[in-house]
Amino acid sequence: MSRVARHITSIAALSVVALLTAAAGRAQTVHGLPREGRGADIKANTHVGRVAIGKEEYKRYCAGCHGDRGDGIGENTQWIDPKPRDFTQAVFKCRSTPSGTLPTDQDVINTIRRGIVNSNMPQWRPLPDQMEADLLAYIKTFSPRWTSEKPGTPFVIPPETPVTTESILAGRAMFQKFECWKCHGADGRGDGPSASSLTDSKDQPIHPYDFTTGTRFKCGTTNADLYRIFMTGLDGTPMASFADNIKGDQGWDLVHYLRTLQPLRTPETILWKTWLATHAAELKPIGPPADGR
Amino acid sequence: MRSTKQGYSTPQLLVCALLASVTATTPAHATVTRHGDSTVTLQSTATSGRRTANDASRAYMASIQNGEPRATASYAATRVKKIPAFARKYGLRCSACHTVWPELNSFGQQFRDNGYQLRNERDSPIAQNNAYFPMTIRVTPQFHVERGTRQLVDATPGDAESGQVERTLTSHGFDLSGIDIWTAGTLWKNVSFVVLLSGDNLGSFGFEAMHVRFDNLGDSPWLNLKVGKFELDNLVSEKRFLFLSGNGGSYQSYHFVAPGSSVDFGIGDNQIGAELSGHSLNSYTRYSAAVLTSSDGDPGSGNFSSYDANLNLSQAFDGGKLGVERIGAFAYLGERPNTYQTSGGEQIPGSGSNRKMFYRAGLAGDFFLHRLEFLPLYMHANDNAYLASGADNGAPLPIGARDASWNGGFLETHYYINQQLVLLQRVEAVRMQNQGFTDLPHNLGNVDAYTFGTRWYPFMFSRAGLALHGEYSLAKTVSPGQLETEGSTINIWTSSLLFAFDFDF
Repeated sequence: MSRVARHITSIAALSVVALLTAAAGRAQTVHGLPREGRGADIKANTHVGRVAIGKEEYKRYCAGCHGDRGDGIGENTQWIDPKPRDFTQAVFKCRSTPSGTLPTDQDVINTIRRGIVNSNMPQWRPLPDQMEADLLAYIKTFSPRWTSEKPGTPFVIPPETPVTTESILAGRAMFQKFECWKCHGADGRGDGPSASSLTDSKDQPIHPYDFTTGTRFKCGTTNADLYRIFMTGLDGTPMASFADNIKGDQGWDLVHYLRTLQPLRTPETILWKTWLATHAAELKPIGPPADGR
Repeated sequence: MRSTKQGYSTPQLLVCALLASVTATTPAHATVTRHGDSTVTLQSTATSGRRTANDASRAYMASIQNGEPRATASYAATRVKKIPAFARKYGLRCSACHTVWPELNSFGQQFRDNGYQLRNERDSPIAQNNAYFPMTIRVTPQFHVERGTRQLVDATPGDAESGQVERTLTSHGFDLSGIDIWTAGTLWKNVSFVVLLSGDNLGSFGFEAMHVRFDNLGDSPWLNLKVGKFELDNLVSEKRFLFLSGNGGSYQSYHFVAPGSSVDFGIGDNQIGAELSGHSLNSYTRYSAAVLTSSDGDPGSGNFSSYDANLNLSQAFDGGKLGVERIGAFAYLGERPNTYQTSGGEQIPGSGSNRKMFYRAGLAGDFFLHRLEFLPLYMHANDNAYLASGADNGAPLPIGARDASWNGGFLETHYYINQQLVLLQRVEAVRMQNQGFTDLPHNLGNVDAYTFGTRWYPFMFSRAGLALHGEYSLAKTVSPGQLETEGSTINIWTSSLLFAFDFDF
């Protein structure tokens, strides 16, 4: 008995060591982002949704915030900031499609999986793919837009350009030019001069993203996700689409600069800190032009 | 007054119920006495001390195995764990985390694995309204009927010299459960805690759980460390299951004690120690490894000089339209001292040595066929001969003593008519493989049990919960025949009928 038990103990200990070793390997993060930041686990969902089943699951998981009628008025809405999405308007922040268009099915499912940081929308990762599709099918019943319109054509994100000092500097110039600082603040803290007065499409106060927290973004986590946000904007919020202003590689420049605002060990941050050590004095401050215009 | 078929008046039965409840509050341990003629006597010994949930469970099993009058106290006091405090914190309905409360669904499992965090940067207390306090209370006012066959009673009530006869005893009445006062949450981002003060229906309190957990070490969900008293990472949790009655309110396999064994361990008992655990982002893959003080979760029990280990692994699969399917394996390796230093003949707590081992190992699953859920479990158990025979302090192994081993398991089924109404059933069996003594009847201690019931949740939102609970449980235990030929066995049937209002705020 004792010998057998010792063998079992040894096997168990080895198993734990093996698991921990594997865990340590998997714990390595891409660009220093939390594990949620990898984005690689967002896989396509091709299941066909069932409205009747989706209705049951919606009541279980969603109705408390989004309301039984999908109007964003659930029993908890009064306590929640930011307010839950109103599905009757079929306006969605996180899309791969142009501003003003419906998202793709995968866009909505990605939001269900990822949740929305700094809100009460959790990451519903354990839900089976079929259940995601069922929920989506039912959510679509709340707005006639889903029957009268088709989702927009997803933006095609160009291959990422190399991370260089020039790219970061170009991005910094865009941050100034497009007045990102007005909402996000000069240092990306979400404390720009307009920040306190921002409201969403339902006149609810809304806060700009604070890059310095190092958290994932509202609509994704990867550099490509950040690029996509510039292109699509976040419908229903003051974050507009810059698809008409930012072209091709310019978007990557802005991405590379924004990454330097995050307290993460990203390639952008490492390169930027090295450059700043000798060139900081060359930079003009971000913010209103010196002449006050 | 109207009497029952057994000739007891209602007041008598209520008194009986009360006495039986008191019996249940006294920890009892089955012991075996080896006589010179190689016969074995099973008896229970009451010990002083505060009752804990573990004690109650052990007393329950011991009473069954010894043919004692059955306890009637509900085990609801040891049940947790639906926590509207979390629903209030995050604004999610109970159903988000529970198939029906208190049983966790896959999302609830992930939430628990994350250290009671949604990982949406709103988990730390600093992100909450100052008025929020993570606390919940669960109690269960109830009416129940308890019945046990072949209970030994004096032939003439009040006359201890009149000899003993077997009678069926039935008691019934309104009653209270215990109470769970539970607070749990985050101290900071990725630092969580649990304090569960659990009281029985006589108001005696103990710490059912108390631990601090460091979550997502190295920002990896694969590394989490928990220290304190906590539930073992059982795939099929007895702390969050849906049964409440005195008879059906615990898994037989989780608390079975082999006839005569001195092992006080129950895999359903919360233990004290440290646990390293981890999981994939969606908690489909999970592991835990724990080192535990050999005290079966009882603080101050004196077994502080040895350690047990527990290992759990499980993997879930996306079952498509069926749901999330999970299968897992577990192993618990424990040891208990066989020799103690003594003072004046009394054992000195914590001085144990000459440790002997026992183990429990098995497989479990959680399978969905859409609205139908199956929870199967199989467990093999073994107690070293010294422990199985209850060998005296440091004495040589008695003649005929050997390892005790048995197999146990159950199949539990839930049918969710909707999110507020569930039908339940459970069939259980425990079969002795080897008795701790070669001359004990091979089937002594065997248990068969069947339980069914229903729970209806009249409302479902994110602030509180109420369930109307109905349950019937029937169990057959092979026990020593007290009045028959020495070495014979008898079947004792016990049953519970429970109607309760199970609420949680």
